[in-house]
Amino acid sequence: MAEFRLPKNSIVGPGKHYPAPEGATNTRTIKIYRYDPDSGKNPHIDTYDVDMDSCGPMVLDAIIKIKNEMDSTLTFRRSCREGICGSCAMNIDGSNTLACTMALADIEGDITIYPLPHQSVIKDLVSDLTNFYAQYASVEPWLKSDSPAPPDRERLQSPEDREKLDGAYECILCACCSTSCPSYWWNSDRYLGPAALLASYRWLADSRDDATGDRLDDLEDPFKLYRCHTIMNCAQVCPKGLNPAKAIAETKKMLVERRG
Amino acid sequence: MSNLRTPLSQVKGHGSAKSGTGHFWVQRITAIGMIPLVLWLCFSVASLPGMSAAEIREWLGGSFTAVMMIVLILTGFYHAKLGLQMIIEDYVSDHGIRTGAIIIMTLLCAFLAILGVFSVLRIAFAT
Repeated sequence: MAEFRLPKNSIVGPGKHYPAPEGATNTRTIKIYRYDPDSGKNPHIDTYDVDMDSCGPMVLDAIIKIKNEMDSTLTFRRSCREGICGSCAMNIDGSNTLACTMALADIEGDITIYPLPHQSVIKDLVSDLTNFYAQYASVEPWLKSDSPAPPDRERLQSPEDREKLDGAYECILCACCSTSCPSYWWNSDRYLGPAALLASYRWLADSRDDATGDRLDDLEDPFKLYRCHTIMNCAQVCPKGLNPAKAIAETKKMLVERRG
Repeated sequence: MSNLRTPLSQVKGHGSAKSGTGHFWVQRITAIGMIPLVLWLCFSVASLPGMSAAEIREWLGGSFTAVMMIVLILTGFYHAKLGLQMIIEDYVSDHGIRTGAIIIMTLLCAFLAILGVFSVLRIAFAT
């Protein structure tokens, strides 16, 4: 059954308050979800007053500052700090996005940070993306062709056909889209979710791929594909500005077209 | 004991059902079909001279009206069946309860559609 209430052991309680260092005049309050599975306790919200005069402009700068200077136990993923690795995806101010490309100045009032919604939490802001990655692998996101590659050159593609991949290949697999999708929340055991379906469309739209029919066969399923009800949260939150809902609609169109 | 199946095998599950496109397509077709049918119903009812039982019976007894009403009832309940099935699949994850709910809902929609068609025919052939 779809879960509309948090299970008892997931109810979030109040946590500690970390005041700003003495003498700080320009501070902002950041509230962060904390959960430590080893403690056996419920998750809680810790509040940090961060000195903005010595903080970088992005949310990621602020949480790195917190980890370095205020509370070294804060746990989160991050790597490239420029929006290309997808590691620091989290729910900031109620919306999934990348901490590294979200400016503190674009958020009004206190800043609240939660892990990606409706995923198992490993610790603090680190959610378990095992299922998400397995779904990506299940769409077999690589070129499949029975035609041998030319021995002396690459497989050719016209500029028009290459254009069809724009908006489909740029995904960084940060999981912002899938974990913002209500259909994914209720049925992620069977629904592939916007990220995997966008990755699948990237190969459906590729003129060099021979396996279009097989790929469509694998997707034609009430749950794998048709749980998408064009809610559009995926397109709304994508930090790369992509539109997975459109790719899913194109996939449905291909399935309708091949019926005759 | 924890689940030792690999994540990929869990995601692949029983594979694709190779269906769903028909459901998706017919849901759209019936939705588009409902637009003129509902408009027709609204304008027809609005332009009736009165709302007494006798006047409604006389209106519903006309061949064109009766046929349009039957098409509307069949389209509407078929669309409702497809939509309700989608909602049940979305929100009920237990396989047994989901299958049972879909069967009951389908039978209920079929019963109501037959009841509607029968009622129209009865009025149409009584006049």
